[in-house]
Amino acid sequence: MSGKNEQRFLKLSGLEPLIVTPETNFINVGERTNVAGSKMFLRLIKEEKFEEALVVAREQVENGAQVIDINMDDGLIDGKEAMVKFLNLVIAEPDISRVPIMIDSSKWEIIEAGLQVVQGKCVVNSISLKEGEEQFMHQAKLIKRYGAAVIVMAFDEVGQADNYERRIEIAKRSYDVLVDKVGFAPEDIIFDLNIFPVATGMDEHKLNALDFIKATKWVRENLPYASVSGGVSNVSFSFRGNNPVREAMHSVFLYHAIKAGMNMGIVNPSMLEVYDDIPKDLLERVEDVILNRRDDATERLLDFAESVVGKTKESKIDLSWREEPLQNRITRALVKGIDQYIVEDVEQARQEADKPIEVIEGNLMTGMNVVGDLFGSGKMFLPQVVKSARVMKKAVAYLLPYIEEEKLLNPQEGDSDNAGKILMATVKGDVHDIGKNIVGVVLACNNYEIVDLGVMVPPEKIIAAAIEHNVDIIGLSGLITPSLDEMVHLAKEMERKNFKIPLLIGGATTSKAHTAVKIDTQYKEAVVHVNDASRAVTVVGDLLQKETSLGYKKRIKEDYDVFRTKFLNRSSSKTYKTIAAARRNKFKIDWSKSEIFKPNKLGIQVIEDLDLNLLVPYIDWTPFFRSWELHGKYPAILTDDVVGAQATELFADAQKMLKQIISNKQLKAKGIFGLFPANTINEDDINVSLSAVKGREEEGYIFRTLRQQLQKREGVADYALSDFIAPKESGREDYIGCFCVSTGFGTAELAGQYEKDLDDYNSILVKALADRLAEAFAEYLHKEVRMKHWGYADNEDLSTEELIHESYKGIRPAPGYPACPDHLEKLTIWDILKVKETIGVELTDSLAMWPAASVSGYYFGNPEARYFGLGKIKEDQVKDFAERKGIDFEKAERWLSPNIVDA
Amino acid sequence: MKDIKEILKERILVLDGAMGTMLQRYKFQEEDFRGERFKEWEHPLQGNNDLLSLTQPEAIADVHRKYFAAGADIVETNTFSGTTIAMADYHMEDLVYELNYESARIAKKVADEFTKKEPNKPRFVAGSIGPTNKTASMSPDVNDPGYRAISFDELRIAYKLQVEALLDGGSDLLLVETIFDTLNAKAALFAIEEVKEERNIDVPIMVSGTITDASGRTLSGQTAEAFLISISHIPILSVGFNCALGASQLVPHLEVLATKSEHAVSAHPNAGLPNAFGEYDETPDQMAEQIREYVEKGLVNIVGGCCGTTPEHITAIAKVVKDFKPRQFPVLQ
Repeated sequence: MSGKNEQRFLKLSGLEPLIVTPETNFINVGERTNVAGSKMFLRLIKEEKFEEALVVAREQVENGAQVIDINMDDGLIDGKEAMVKFLNLVIAEPDISRVPIMIDSSKWEIIEAGLQVVQGKCVVNSISLKEGEEQFMHQAKLIKRYGAAVIVMAFDEVGQADNYERRIEIAKRSYDVLVDKVGFAPEDIIFDLNIFPVATGMDEHKLNALDFIKATKWVRENLPYASVSGGVSNVSFSFRGNNPVREAMHSVFLYHAIKAGMNMGIVNPSMLEVYDDIPKDLLERVEDVILNRRDDATERLLDFAESVVGKTKESKIDLSWREEPLQNRITRALVKGIDQYIVEDVEQARQEADKPIEVIEGNLMTGMNVVGDLFGSGKMFLPQVVKSARVMKKAVAYLLPYIEEEKLLNPQEGDSDNAGKILMATVKGDVHDIGKNIVGVVLACNNYEIVDLGVMVPPEKIIAAAIEHNVDIIGLSGLITPSLDEMVHLAKEMERKNFKIPLLIGGATTSKAHTAVKIDTQYKEAVVHVNDASRAVTVVGDLLQKETSLGYKKRIKEDYDVFRTKFLNRSSSKTYKTIAAARRNKFKIDWSKSEIFKPNKLGIQVIEDLDLNLLVPYIDWTPFFRSWELHGKYPAILTDDVVGAQATELFADAQKMLKQIISNKQLKAKGIFGLFPANTINEDDINVSLSAVKGREEEGYIFRTLRQQLQKREGVADYALSDFIAPKESGREDYIGCFCVSTGFGTAELAGQYEKDLDDYNSILVKALADRLAEAFAEYLHKEVRMKHWGYADNEDLSTEELIHESYKGIRPAPGYPACPDHLEKLTIWDILKVKETIGVELTDSLAMWPAASVSGYYFGNPEARYFGLGKIKEDQVKDFAERKGIDFEKAERWLSPNIVDA
Repeated sequence: MKDIKEILKERILVLDGAMGTMLQRYKFQEEDFRGERFKEWEHPLQGNNDLLSLTQPEAIADVHRKYFAAGADIVETNTFSGTTIAMADYHMEDLVYELNYESARIAKKVADEFTKKEPNKPRFVAGSIGPTNKTASMSPDVNDPGYRAISFDELRIAYKLQVEALLDGGSDLLLVETIFDTLNAKAALFAIEEVKEERNIDVPIMVSGTITDASGRTLSGQTAEAFLISISHIPILSVGFNCALGASQLVPHLEVLATKSEHAVSAHPNAGLPNAFGEYDETPDQMAEQIREYVEKGLVNIVGGCCGTTPEHITAIAKVVKDFKPRQFPVLQ
């Protein structure tokens, strides 16, 4: 009879068992079913194509994955719902569910929901000491009770382990807590010891692989029965684009890591060379890097790497392409976005052609078709396409006078025969146009004529322009929630005026659901939701090409009809409580004990013209890349396998532009903020006193907050922002702040100049940068307020990354965003601070800020204040809210509609 | 009273046989099920065997008595359907606590009678926790495989109520049995852990799955070993199989448990496979002979009967197993 201890292997199960013994060597985890790792999977889940998503899971298992990792963490999907739905379907497929499942999320509620629907023994990916021991133990205890193994990240309250000592320190501590305090079975613990890239050129990265390997060995020798896992491809990030070297690096890394005891991990089998098949000279250099055996290991591998690919990196000024035939040169200029020689080439083409128009229809369109194909197949990215468009516009501008001349000579012919005319507009009350401009440029590249009406366009004007220009399609864009209503209104108007042309809907707040349910029903003709530029081209093509038009319109109408029915019938299991019940379950701060810090300086302060240099360190670049449809986190995105090269190029352009803006003072940063005594009254209202503002001592204002109503797990409070301010009854004076900052002054002029020069790329770049600077300004000012003006955090010293992750005390929620989606509250902020009068930022009819690159919000300083999402609320609160605010119920309903539970 | 864990090291324990088969002998009619108390109940009650603990308590006590007399060490409470989920069929959700409490009390009283008479052979009551009539990881609708008729939380809450009542009524053990969907069992185990923590008690848990057919898998598709791994996160007394198959068909699956499990192994098979009339006709001697194979191979620590078995079967089984050593397994903490 074998003793109990010898049996202590990590055992998992799907329909069949998986036991990790020394003989199993290495367990390969499939990660294609991870929205963060697979674009295709993300798209399938977003579009609710669960059947196709199942195929992805099945293929992984067929290709040998022994565990499948499932992750639904994406801002645009309801992760919990998607996780449960997908798992339920996976469980019903025996050829998938035979293997154990790894439930992967950074959100505990998603993990727990996943654990509740899987019968087998899963792996939770992951938990860590990041949020402290208490939460770690709570989660571990539940994981044990649900019967799962767990991946523990080498991460603690201080941060992520990035050297040998920190890795073993955190692993040891996590292990001791789990085994001794929680009673977790040690064989059910798997450590992810953080695989980071090597050969990056930075000295501090040299030990990344070796430290991981050493720490793995330490864990396996000192923490009995625990396993070690990790994502292998990270190690070779700096050699993206050079697969032979990457494959060798993966094999070498695994060879040593497995020897040290790594027994599980995420590896793409197609990116793995057989260790023994690696050529000796490459092997030596790769091992030098992985094991950090020489000081010049990185340089030697870099040199060698070029010979491995068989071609050296493109020389910076390689002009050999200039020797090629004319059409090749034009195509290349368009594909690469090089405008230096385009006029010269187009002139040659014009001379060779019978009529100047033929250059556009022939040479240029041939090139643009290549661009379109590359973009459509994911081989080119948005910033490149916008650069291509810049070249195209320049070429067309050069040709136009010749075409006009030709028209005068031969009046009957020569009219450019474009593919169709498209009207684009950002709707009334909304000022955001980056996405709209990008779509416009991309469509223009595909030979559509764009009639761009700009921003804040009233419906009458859209209708009139559509008739005047006889357009083929109307495209509407909007970023803030009230714009949704504007779009519905316009659809009604188009129906009333008997329009026959399709309507396209896009922009950050729009969705297929809203389009199908609210807009499509108002207009008999086709209505299509298009949220990215690449899809816009195919959709417009399908709508306008004679062969496809009728069928596509019919299909899209049917598709939306089916989608709508499904959407309306979907049985949402969510339940809501009454506002009274939610108030009883408010977030309770012990006001007899809670520390209230009186601001060092009460009252209103203005910042007239802030030095932009101060803001640069506070820029969060990730959303900048997202606005160009490049997805990934900064700085990892710069070395991303797929978009890395493009991201790096875009980043360089952005840096250049930023320098230029700063040194020429082309944008102006202005801000205003105030700190005031305040108390919560009547549960959900915050009474603000201007007693500290000279000349306005008697004035008082009330912020109305909204409270969560979704039925939640017992013990979880129903938050409203008012919970973070001491109530009047407590007898204590508390404080609140509010602010508005803008870096938008000058944006329109600068962008306009670029547009005049036919340079959409730089025009969009300016706007995107202004947005980033405004956010950075908000972050900067919040820090100043915390450390100086309010002063409750005078010893705080956080990195930009920590700022972005909001590690600080106190919050700055913004009206229109999850904690307080009500835009109307901006009016109160404007009244209190006199924002418009003082710094000139205005509110539109839809309460968007103008200039667009502006941020406004509140400051809450209580250490227990936290961000939350309001979620959906019920009609009872809307009614109550309308009464409190003294507005009609209908008005409240209109403004809050995206947050009201559908009856 | 001696700890059951100690006794398990010394000999093979005998579990009782079928309750339903014995109750059929009484030929109870609708009015017998109703008794005085439920005379006016708006819904038909015939077939609600759990209810007989309230309306025919003597009959239930008598069946327990017969099994103890036949040599059983453990009898199961008459609570196979004692959850709010299963009782919904009779609109008796509100009676669930009482049904379980009374059933446990009746069994415990009989057990105590026997222990008093034979102090060297203490008798135990296992609170029987059935699978309910809904499955948490399978869809009842073939056209909608993602649909679930019941959630983990609904099961957990229902099981918790049953567990509390079974313990309050005096159960010595808890038996999560006839598991055809492991997720249901995990919800029951989760509920048991909650009760254990809240009351700061330890209670031995027996877990028994059901291999539904010759495929060798549970209804929810797991192999014997996958099933074992899926329920091993909770400290349990024993793991085994019951129902669906006869004693001989269970052998290969018990062999898996016997080799892989660190816990005691139990088996309570049916009296063979049902015949064309749905009756079980394996005789006591035939069944006892099959069980002999279990003990000769050292596969089990606890053995009894499920559908179709009677005190006569248990007598025969008890006679066979008393001469054999129990299966060896790692010492329990």
